[in-house]
Amino acid sequence: MSEAARVSGPDLGHGHPYPGVSLAALAEGSKPSASASLKLLPATARLVFRGREAAIGPAGEAFGVALPREACRFNTNGTRSVLWLGPDEWILLAPGEGPAPLFAAIETATAGLPHALVDVSSRSVAFDLSGPKAGFVLNQGNPLDLSLDAFPVGMCTRTVFAKSEIVLRRTAPDSFVVDVWRSFAPYVWQLLEEARRGA
Amino acid sequence: MLIINCPYCGERPEIEFRYGGEAHIARPADPSALSDAEWTDFLYNRTNPKGKHAERWRHIHGCGRYFNAVRDTVSDFFVTTYKTGEARPDIEESAR
Repeated sequence: MSEAARVSGPDLGHGHPYPGVSLAALAEGSKPSASASLKLLPATARLVFRGREAAIGPAGEAFGVALPREACRFNTNGTRSVLWLGPDEWILLAPGEGPAPLFAAIETATAGLPHALVDVSSRSVAFDLSGPKAGFVLNQGNPLDLSLDAFPVGMCTRTVFAKSEIVLRRTAPDSFVVDVWRSFAPYVWQLLEEARRGA
Repeated sequence: MLIINCPYCGERPEIEFRYGGEAHIARPADPSALSDAEWTDFLYNRTNPKGKHAERWRHIHGCGRYFNAVRDTVSDFFVTTYKTGEARPDIEESAR
């Protein structure tokens, strides 16, 4: 890593994982590439929903995107997406929105039904990795088969990247979104940058 | 890398999973009625077989769910996996 990437100071930008490395500075220094480009995505409202059968439908209606019932799939409507994370667990994403109105709407729709709704908007940051070699770059730290047959567009899963847990989804044949916990973000970013050099 | 078949997510690499100890151990319904020896047995004593072993696994870096697996402790071969709450399958029938 170059010394220029080691920026310290009060402006810790989008994520402030640990003193000395600013994710915003890393993102600014990232050069686009024909094989795979890495981009920091803007802030997103993130809600984790866990619930039993009765609450699943109303939660989807209130959010405007049905909760996917098939394992490891996500649904999108406009800018909003819902990702299946487990048999009774979903993450609801609304880029560029505030979590409070969504939270209130879903809580109203599911009042009295067994469920848990948690605002985790600040917990993670998202990267977009796009290009014909995006899968190759991810495979430098992730053991999944990322061919289109095994990991089609519309698939999402929690998995690992090197020593960090990530939520990965494929938005287009050549595009992935990596959602990573904030404090792990510079680690994952720098490893992805390293992997891009070989792509 | 060892591939483990998660009952919810399908076949995934071993690195996404964590071991959870022996399966099908029920907590006694009335612990205070047990002798110390019986309680010790529940807490600590496991079968530790050489061969097919029913054990809990958790897909911690995936769906996060616990499930059960029958694994051969000699060859490390996963004979089968099944959801928590389901009965232990007949090992001889399911052996490949």
